[in-house]
Amino acid sequence: MSELLRAGAAELAGRIATGEVSAREVTAAHLDQIAAVDDRIKAFLYVDGERALAAADAVDAHRAAGDELGPLAGVPLAMKDIFTMKGAPTTCGSRILEGWVPPYNSTITDKLLAAGVVVLGKTNMDEFAMGSSTENSGFFTTHNPWDNTRIPGGSGGGSAAALASFEAPLAIGTDTGGSIRQPASVTGTVGVKPTYGGTSRYGVVAMASSLDTPGPCARTVLDAALLHQVIAGWDPRDATSINAPVPDVVAAARHADVKGMRIGVVREFGGEGYQPGVEQRFAESLAVLEGLGAEIVEVSCPHFDYALAAYYLIMPSEVSSNLARFDAMRYGLRVGDDGVNSVEEVMNLTRGAGFGAEAKRRIIIGTYALSSGYYDAYYGSAQKVRTLITRDFDAAFEKVDVLVSPTTPTTAFTIGERADDPLAMYKADLCTIPSNLAGNCAASVPCGLADGLPVGFQIMAPALADDRLYRVGAALERELTSRWGGGLLDQLAESPSGAYLKVGGVR
Amino acid sequence: MALTPADVARLGELARVRLTEEELVHLAPQLDVILASVARVTEVAGADVPPTSHALPLTNVFRKDVVTESLPAEAVLAGAPSVEDGRFRVPRILTEDA
Repeated sequence: MSELLRAGAAELAGRIATGEVSAREVTAAHLDQIAAVDDRIKAFLYVDGERALAAADAVDAHRAAGDELGPLAGVPLAMKDIFTMKGAPTTCGSRILEGWVPPYNSTITDKLLAAGVVVLGKTNMDEFAMGSSTENSGFFTTHNPWDNTRIPGGSGGGSAAALASFEAPLAIGTDTGGSIRQPASVTGTVGVKPTYGGTSRYGVVAMASSLDTPGPCARTVLDAALLHQVIAGWDPRDATSINAPVPDVVAAARHADVKGMRIGVVREFGGEGYQPGVEQRFAESLAVLEGLGAEIVEVSCPHFDYALAAYYLIMPSEVSSNLARFDAMRYGLRVGDDGVNSVEEVMNLTRGAGFGAEAKRRIIIGTYALSSGYYDAYYGSAQKVRTLITRDFDAAFEKVDVLVSPTTPTTAFTIGERADDPLAMYKADLCTIPSNLAGNCAASVPCGLADGLPVGFQIMAPALADDRLYRVGAALERELTSRWGGGLLDQLAESPSGAYLKVGGVR
Repeated sequence: MALTPADVARLGELARVRLTEEELVHLAPQLDVILASVARVTEVAGADVPPTSHALPLTNVFRKDVVTESLPAEAVLAGAPSVEDGRFRVPRILTEDA
């Protein structure tokens, strides 16, 4: 069984296509792994084994009938609980949506199902994708498979932890300020934020609509590329979807060649606040890329220092508006409807009871930033900073093909450590936020361990140049795994601290 | 600047979020710290810098005016907190003196 769990998505799809193993066997093995370890990891809010096995059987039936299978047919996937899927509860990590069963699929859900991808269930997240640790989930905190006392990152910590605990070879997430990349970084997995508009937001519960970007999560760069290709593309149901061809990310991941590429190191991302081990692994990765024929140059993006501040005005402003839809009238929780209370009072009581502390903080900040008298100084200035950050990127991409930095300044912190210090929590997204503000694409790939915990290497590329992320990511991954004699997660699987996952000794 | 618990309560009512006394006391100093920190955007936001509201330069995205199927009413009402006669039932929307 455990060799099916250790295999990547590309390998599993190949073996299912040749009939060497059935999609049902692959799905059953992953459901067994969830049953065995998820009490400890707590990655899933909801698992539907029956639905998953039925989807797997459908793939096996197609194969038996001689139909051609897609490149990910039969491969199991963990879905962040922000995507709607007909008949499966969607909470977005919030008590205010507890029990809601959506009557429709997100576009990405439709694409996954059409590709024969087997959805195992819905994964835990910070409430409405607000957080860097899953501690803001209305239900429970997910644990980092590398050290169960530590956070798995957030908001997509459930998806990342499912990958790192071998519960699923693929996952999807959404990235508004780093919610795919930071969890990938701290769990030793791969996470990609595509170009804004490259993946559809239809049927994805909205946090900050000008920033939210769905994207792929996996254990290898190639698997992420295969998933990227399945979920990306123009969607007429999302007005901000880009009507342009999806770059050939799979070819880029297979090509994995950085010879002659110009790679810019963002000078502003490093120094104070950055863990020495993180900076060390980052520097070593630069040397690896240089050894592979890339040219490394230092680049200054002076306004990136203001990105965090701009983000924590723009995002809460959009949050305060988007979360107005949770008004206790059409879906979700309703509190205080006693026949006497007015509709306003019921809204007040419901939202007071249904939202957690971080959602409330952001709604209040947004309401304040958008209120007359403060609008120009706060929201207006933040929008100007957004322009300056985009200009920094434009100037940098005149000189280099990609920009790189550590994904997040530290390795996984301890559960509880930053729970009551919002600013400290926000700093986890210091390096990831600029790409959300400018809308370009970015990825995190594992680049080693610091004090036994994973470190992520961030690659940023211009809008619609998502293929460059995969070229650089795959080149770095290929060289590092050959030096290590396997992927970073193989080290966890074979180590005493990963023994509880029971996936060791198979390769 | 110093946001008081009373300020936070007022913002809460504007946003239709009822906060408890305990939450107000806890939130006010936290929000103060956050707002003080984000205020630095004004340092570089010069009058000559145009604002960006969105990463994509889009205006007025049109779609074809084609009739497509809607969700069945029952499927939508199934998720509602309260339903009556095939409609959403809501608390009273008018006050006594209205």
